[in-house]
Amino acid sequence: MVSFILKRIVQSALVLLITGAIAFSMFSFVGDPIDNMLGQERTMEDVERLRAQLGLDQPVPVQYVKFLKEAAHGNFGVSYRQGREVSEIIMERAPATLELAAVSALLAVVFGISLGVFTAIRRHGFTANLIMSASLIGVSLPTFLIGILLIYLFSVELGWLPSFGRGEVVQIGNWSTGFLTESGRKALILPAITLGLYQMTLIMRLVRSEMLEVLRQDYIRFARARGLSDRVINFRHALKNTMVPVITIIGLQLGAIIAFAIITETVFQWPGLGLLFINAIQFVDIPVMAAYLMMISVMFVVINLVVDILYAMIDPRLRVSAK
Amino acid sequence: MKKTSTILAIAALMSSTAVVNAETLRWARAGDALTLDPHAQNEGPTHTVRHQMYEPLIIRDVTGAFVPTLATDWAPDPENPNVWVFNLREGVKFHDGADFTAEDVVFSFERAKQPNSDMKELINSIVEVRAVGDYQVELETNGPNPILPSNLTNLFMMDKGWSEANDTVNVQDFEGGEITYATTNVNGTGAYRLVSREPDVKTVMVRNEEYWGRDEFPLEVSEIIYTPIQNAATRVAALLSGEVNFLQDMPVQDLARVDSADGLMVKQAPQNRVIFFGMNQGADDLEADNVDGKNPLADVRVRKAMSMAINRDAIRQVVMRGQSQPAGMIAPPFVNGWTADMDGESSTDVEAAKAMMAEAGYGDGFSIRLDCPNDRYINDEAICQAAVGMLGQIGITVNLDAIPKAQHFPKITEGKTDFYMLGWGVPTYDSEYIFNFLVHGRESDIGTWNGTGFDNDDLDAKIESLASNTDLDARNADIASIWRVVQDEQLYIPIHHQVLNWGMSDNVGTEVDAEDQPRVKYFTMK
Repeated sequence: MVSFILKRIVQSALVLLITGAIAFSMFSFVGDPIDNMLGQERTMEDVERLRAQLGLDQPVPVQYVKFLKEAAHGNFGVSYRQGREVSEIIMERAPATLELAAVSALLAVVFGISLGVFTAIRRHGFTANLIMSASLIGVSLPTFLIGILLIYLFSVELGWLPSFGRGEVVQIGNWSTGFLTESGRKALILPAITLGLYQMTLIMRLVRSEMLEVLRQDYIRFARARGLSDRVINFRHALKNTMVPVITIIGLQLGAIIAFAIITETVFQWPGLGLLFINAIQFVDIPVMAAYLMMISVMFVVINLVVDILYAMIDPRLRVSAK
Repeated sequence: MKKTSTILAIAALMSSTAVVNAETLRWARAGDALTLDPHAQNEGPTHTVRHQMYEPLIIRDVTGAFVPTLATDWAPDPENPNVWVFNLREGVKFHDGADFTAEDVVFSFERAKQPNSDMKELINSIVEVRAVGDYQVELETNGPNPILPSNLTNLFMMDKGWSEANDTVNVQDFEGGEITYATTNVNGTGAYRLVSREPDVKTVMVRNEEYWGRDEFPLEVSEIIYTPIQNAATRVAALLSGEVNFLQDMPVQDLARVDSADGLMVKQAPQNRVIFFGMNQGADDLEADNVDGKNPLADVRVRKAMSMAINRDAIRQVVMRGQSQPAGMIAPPFVNGWTADMDGESSTDVEAAKAMMAEAGYGDGFSIRLDCPNDRYINDEAICQAAVGMLGQIGITVNLDAIPKAQHFPKITEGKTDFYMLGWGVPTYDSEYIFNFLVHGRESDIGTWNGTGFDNDDLDAKIESLASNTDLDARNADIASIWRVVQDEQLYIPIHHQVLNWGMSDNVGTEVDAEDQPRVKYFTMK
């Protein structure tokens, strides 16, 4: 078991290094940050001086090694656009993204599971079919379009909810929260729905098909033959057995919600990490891009590692084959 | 009983006046200020935010004319042509109550000349700034500089005492990631004070009741809430839903929609920015064409034919939805040296253009790559696409390469493009600025944006002499003669002047500023 985990950790570290290397080699295609940093009045000397100062005159592998060395000390450099420490900016932006992701995930899980169960039990009902058809929207419409449609309906036409921003936030230590004010909670609704809709429909469809599968099993038939109530059969026996694969997917999708908040955050001007990243790309803010990409890849690698280890603990066959 | 009702009436009256005075400008645009340090960045949106709280000696009004601000009047010293004398406004106080005096002006200029300052290029001709008494300063330049005041309209004045007390005598090292007191705090003389600021999220300012011009300007906005909203559709939605009441960076496709919405309007004015194509005429052979051993762009007939193939009215109507003004020269209107005649010199005539191509020996045309940004100017990529079709009519096969500005601009400054789009604004409102960057042969500190390979020593000498020519009539004659060469050589293909649009609710009163710099002290609120 220990050797299996060690092996996985080494593999994960390797994946991180390679992701970083790919990211770094891409940066040279994004453009020249110097151009955005100096105004149109700059001279060639200014350009050379700044390029040398930022170390951009070095070859890419040298820049990458330097970045890794600094990152190992927890130093991600200074944002070209904002002129502040990257780690400080990320700490400042993280609460917005994490709160949004948490609410979206909660919406997706609660509604996904309950609608999934409902559509599985009432397989031929009118409402269930309506929900199934409507869920196609969640799967097929792109996020930005859903966001714009929601803004148009609830902000412009009805005027109920704000179209952008986080509303008033309350600062608790280093954490800024929008949960404690009314405008903050209102501002959360539209972006959370937009971000969570895809995951919700995914979970719903997964729960439904798993549930239908389980409901066909012999033990359910026996349970019915024993005269157990529908409620006990559906929720105690069927749902429980449905949940194993669903929980795995939920775990993996949680990472996706944080990583892919980019589009939702841009549409709603949500001051989180995704918006930060988009701004960084437009400005060629290499330190911010590098730190963000590394953070996201660390997150995915850790989630995968945990899942792998959990599987190994649950399923002895994986352990054997690892030897 | 009567007494109570009187009290109630007075209370009602007081609360209603309070309501009248509490007018909030909820203002959104695409980007945020990068820093609040007055001298650390020379960038449009950054200046816009600062202009509400800090003030320079002089500003420009919406027509581009100078307006006395912290200086009341200024003139060259009659005895020494190298010296400008500025008389300062008396009785001005900074937000913290300190008096504004000549000492602060000297300090601010010296600060703006520091190596970390982004404003130093604009005042690099100044060798010394001297205080003469409390309310007069002399600026000595390294030679006569007739247009020096043009460079001072974004040069903000700080309080010497405050800077020393808060350890911000030095300009923030922006690239080094330095945070100083001045990057997040403001002590200016301006009409608004800073209340709070979260970069990229929200900046709140309130009216400075002690402002020197309290009775001179409307100052009807009592509070400013400035929020950057990057996504164009969201920005417009925020205006339509009433969450903001003043919007810059209006997307062209939503203008009609906003204008027709109840309670909203769009105002427009020609912007200080002209859009044009540059052609590499200097190379012996072009990399991105299909003609070997020759450079078709070196032939002025080809350049003229290309200009004649461009239908500027069609671009205006179809691509820009009416939001542009066709151009015949690469100077925005209201720049010294611009003339209506030269700006009308571009005409469309496909047949004549074809004949000219044939005369030049390119009757069968040629192919070339057009480099174009896709995130810098209004509809930049669409304009290029239109140009591809129009040039195709005279046999030129254009391959369009539209890329983000961060990749596009280095191609021009490094000379890696033969045919490119560029836009140019003129902060000094004088043609010399255009010549220095776009016409003068390329050297390390001049002609930096001239990607045409055009290099004419006589013309260069003439351009350089403009800087110190104090005889304004002779100077203007030189400017006109330089323009004649630029026009006759068809150095660039002018396309149009951009039109600037601001969206606002009906109760907000302001005219559109050609430099896209709203100054809230002029705003009225109905």
